[in-house]
Amino acid sequence: MSLIEFIVNGQRTQVEAPPMKRLLDVLREDLGLTGAKEGCGEGECGSCSVRMNGELVNSCLVPILQANGAHIQTVEGLAIDAELHPLQKAFLECGGAQCGICTPGMLMAATHLLAHNPHPTLDEIREGLAGNLCRCTGFIKIFDSVIAAAAMGGNHPHAR
Amino acid sequence: MRGNPESHEFIGFNSLPAVLAQLSAAPGQWTPIAGGTELMVAHAAGRLNAPRLINLWGLPELDFIRVTDNSISIGGGVTFANIRRHAAIAEDFPLLSKAASWIGSVANQSRATIAGNIVNGSPAADAPPALLAYDAEIELISEHGTRRIPYADFHLGYKRSVLQPDELVLALHLPRRFLNHRQYLRKVGTRKAMAITKVALAATATIKENLITEIRLAAASVANRPARLCATEAVLFGQPLNAATKQAASKALLAEVSPIDDIRSTAEYRKQVAANLLDEFLDQLAQEGSAA
Repeated sequence: MSLIEFIVNGQRTQVEAPPMKRLLDVLREDLGLTGAKEGCGEGECGSCSVRMNGELVNSCLVPILQANGAHIQTVEGLAIDAELHPLQKAFLECGGAQCGICTPGMLMAATHLLAHNPHPTLDEIREGLAGNLCRCTGFIKIFDSVIAAAAMGGNHPHAR
Repeated sequence: MRGNPESHEFIGFNSLPAVLAQLSAAPGQWTPIAGGTELMVAHAAGRLNAPRLINLWGLPELDFIRVTDNSISIGGGVTFANIRRHAAIAEDFPLLSKAASWIGSVANQSRATIAGNIVNGSPAADAPPALLAYDAEIELISEHGTRRIPYADFHLGYKRSVLQPDELVLALHLPRRFLNHRQYLRKVGTRKAMAITKVALAATATIKENLITEIRLAAASVANRPARLCATEAVLFGQPLNAATKQAASKALLAEVSPIDDIRSTAEYRKQVAANLLDEFLDQLAQEGSAA
């Protein structure tokens, strides 16, 4: 077992876990943060996307030892108190979420995109979300949601 | 069968010398892991045959990009996200930037390292054709010192290389002398993102008064390793760029490559597409020339 100290959604956090335990499983099982989902478990589908030290990562491919000392942001960290993040509002308004399995990952990938590029083109959105698979929406409503969020200032300070 | 994290030992150190000492003390016993985009996939599927792992992620000695007048050196631990963002790499070595931009997705590029892409040894890997077309050198390090060899001599066969069990990839060195070259890289895959290459071709060349004065060709998924196409280069070198040369080059390429049938494509398709890509590159070279 390894003692891991890291910062999750701004909170200093400690867990004791086998060092090869996946970040995804630590978030879900040890910390009760079940937003990140396991889809494929092999880095193809993006439903477990979180941000680690400002980079988008598939949490199913991160052994927890490598997250020691890191800043982790999960979908649970997007809303500030009851105030939804502009991306969350836009996904609700534009029908960007249907069954919901891919949504946390889509939100994190979109958050990451807007943090670097507050007004992306459609092509840039398609590329930014290319590692996130959705089997419901056909993607168009998701792209629309990101465009709408960018228009309402989706790159708000908390998203960085 | 899902992998059990408790069945693996996994240790980390704060410095490269400590890691090298550990590797040297028990060569072959420790499996190095950096971004985990390959090994963690095997782990999830319960087929990670590595009882003892040693961490490379975050080691500062492997995470550098050094630009000098003559070369750009990229540390083995540099991620494709950071390669993609680097302005000097984009200017001098656009094929490498391009390859970095289509490896997996954003979330894979943030973790996958250039050394991982190489030592994994896949013939389909995205970075190697560009590295071969740029005459890159690879520098290996162990507790006993470093050695530097042409990257073209690194791979020996399918998933076999000259890397010793106590060695790590310290850096790739790219000579800054390709600005004047016509440069080409095209990957053919099932979709734009997250697709493993069916066939890819990288090329750099110069042309003067319609004679090919320099030519380098390298391809993915046409042999048991990332392959420099030296026989095809030899047919083109010093020749006028006309229909007869193109035909001879195509013939040489078809004789030189030895792709396989697998889940992603067929040998026949790969051969034909590799020849088509070479044709496309030579057409560009004929029409637009090189800057030299």
